[in-house]
Amino acid sequence: MADASTSAKGDLKLANVTKSFGEFTAVDDLSLVIPEGSFFALLGPSGCGKTTTLRMIAGLEVPTAGTIHVGNTDITDMRPYKRPVNTVFQNYALFPHLSIFENVAFGLRRRGIKDVKEQVDKVLNLVELPHLAERKPTQLSGGQQQRIAVARAIVNRPALLLLDEPLGALDLKLRRQMQIELKWIQTEVGLTFVHVTHDQEEAMTMADTIAVMNEGRIEQMGSPADLYDNPKTAFVANFLGQSNLIQGKIVDSDGDSHVVDLYGQKVSVLKRRTVAKDSSVLFGIRPEKLRIQPDSHDKPGNVLTGGKISDVSYIGVSTQYQVEMPWGQEIMVFEQNDDGVPPLDKGDEVRLSWEPIFSFALDGNEDATAGVDVEPEAE
Amino acid sequence: MNATVASPVKKPRSRKIAMPYLLLLPGMLWLITFFLIPILTLVKTSVNMDLANYDPTTGATGSFWGNFWYAFRTHEAPFARSFIYALAATLIALCIAYPLAYGIAFKAGRWKNVLLVLVVAPFFTSFILRTIAWKQILGQQGPVFRLLLDLHLVTYQSHITASAGAVIAGLSYNFLPFMTLPLYSSLERIDPRTLEASGDLYANAFTTFRKVTLPLSLPGVVAGTLLTFIPAAGDYVNAEILGNPSTTMIGNVINAQFLRTSNYTLAAALSFVFMVIIIAIVLFYISRAGTEELV
Ligand SMILES: Nc1ncnc2c1ncn2[C@@H]1O[C@H](COP(=O)(O)OP(=O)(O)OP(=O)(O)O)[C@@H](O)[C@H]1O
Ligand SMILES: [Mg+2]
Repeated sequence: MADASTSAKGDLKLANVTKSFGEFTAVDDLSLVIPEGSFFALLGPSGCGKTTTLRMIAGLEVPTAGTIHVGNTDITDMRPYKRPVNTVFQNYALFPHLSIFENVAFGLRRRGIKDVKEQVDKVLNLVELPHLAERKPTQLSGGQQQRIAVARAIVNRPALLLLDEPLGALDLKLRRQMQIELKWIQTEVGLTFVHVTHDQEEAMTMADTIAVMNEGRIEQMGSPADLYDNPKTAFVANFLGQSNLIQGKIVDSDGDSHVVDLYGQKVSVLKRRTVAKDSSVLFGIRPEKLRIQPDSHDKPGNVLTGGKISDVSYIGVSTQYQVEMPWGQEIMVFEQNDDGVPPLDKGDEVRLSWEPIFSFALDGNEDATAGVDVEPEAE
Repeated sequence: MNATVASPVKKPRSRKIAMPYLLLLPGMLWLITFFLIPILTLVKTSVNMDLANYDPTTGATGSFWGNFWYAFRTHEAPFARSFIYALAATLIALCIAYPLAYGIAFKAGRWKNVLLVLVVAPFFTSFILRTIAWKQILGQQGPVFRLLLDLHLVTYQSHITASAGAVIAGLSYNFLPFMTLPLYSSLERIDPRTLEASGDLYANAFTTFRKVTLPLSLPGVVAGTLLTFIPAAGDYVNAEILGNPSTTMIGNVINAQFLRTSNYTLAAALSFVFMVIIIAIVLFYISRAGTEELV
């Protein structure tokens, strides 16, 4: 049984994979390619189908439709124990009757590996828990159990490692440390990691490619920078970082830009950063890209006038403003406190300006609040 | 020296300490009245005369070891049968109950509760009645005999009741629920995700069973085998109804000595020896099974 587990190598391909539980579709026509050796993050709100996707890749759930390949090997219906895949389960799923050492050794023993002791000791050192080797899982804290779950999977050096929120129970310091360790293991050994997380910062810092999932579908896939700079849907714009999305209309085109009318004020957006089905758009700009000035100032670039500061929070390195626009919408502005100018006050009349290249435009028929109320780091 | 200081603080604490004993009281009283006193009476009865050298003229009482040894030596065969039949019945019940409990725990879905009720359904009729029913089932007019007859495995002259096999069959059947329920409860508690994890870690279905399911269900196996073995070894109804004179178990002997022959001394000595042997077997078994989880 060991032979099959190592033979399949190559890119992981999911083609039109669908999983339904009765009436409910948990994963909806999902297609993606994860290149061999890459660090792939699945990011999405709770219940969007991340675990279900991983379970199908691991063979613990059979897709209702679609195929899964590793390289040229079709693994859609392959038994889990034959797949070159290991999983770090969301709920750890450690073996309660075995010691920590035997938990970690489990996969090695099944494959008849020789130097079990050495390999287990090594990986226990890696997760910094060698002193707990003889304990039982119930005698460990949640975070320690989680690290053992990681150790139990990575000790097998599978072609494909599935991590289902493997760091969720760790405190921030340990989590950062484990992120570095995992990233190091991944690059060092050249494994393919599919990492599921709620934590967008974790996804951004660790992954080569991020897929943002929502309601069983992939909203958008790309490098962290690409997703942040060029969101294609309102959900992605709001879920990954924060965005101001303003309802507008394309009224003119000029070279490589569109002219957009926002409640009577004209601004511009690059055509290549515009995703629009018709003239109706959601005009987007990130809070940290906005500049805020007293309303008398005249600045080049795109400008929106008539704002009134409704809230100021001073956070040391930056100041966060809520600006109420003439059409009633609250716009968020993050201003670096690097110019020595004291922060503006609540009630001040202001104008907002930005470099036109920073703005983007989405399909105006979308819900501008999609993905806003989902708290990405909620546990 | 700090007794005076401690006393006011101590009051609520002493009440807290007394609480568990208070809660234990009804149970303790029950045990003392219906277990400890009868046992002591039993021991006393078992020596009220000398079994080996019975002489009605002197009325001499016997010694512990003398009487127990005598009781054991004169009834080695029924003792041996009791434990062999009980062991065989326990193993058969285990083989039937494990797949049954496994199926109910993991595969039954919404039928779980219905199946559990069916497992205990035999208890709705009397023990004696069920055993008599077995006599019918195994009898010459019954389906089992007919089938064996058609298969030419038996002849009209033979019979399968009134045999050791029938006694063992009856014992396995009658105590099956005591095996099934503890097995079910320990299998039910297994997190199916640990089984998934095992599959994910290169263990096929059989290895997963051997390395994960079975060890995790061991407390149920220990509890179930004890709950089957102990009453089966002491049972006399099955041997009475399904057996013959050469399949008597120790229960039958004790029953006869108490109720027919009225040799209370011998009956009491036999009971006591039986109890000691059972306790020894159970202690040995539990220590070997090494399950602290049992309690
Ligand atoms: N066995 C099942 N039967 C029915 N519905 C299921 C089953 N497993 C999952 N679901 C549903 O499918 C959806 C996706 O579940 P999944 O576990 O994949 O979410 P997730 O993205 O991992 O969420 P989380 O971040 O909270 O772990 C959920 O709405 C869940 O209720
Ligand atoms: Mg999940």
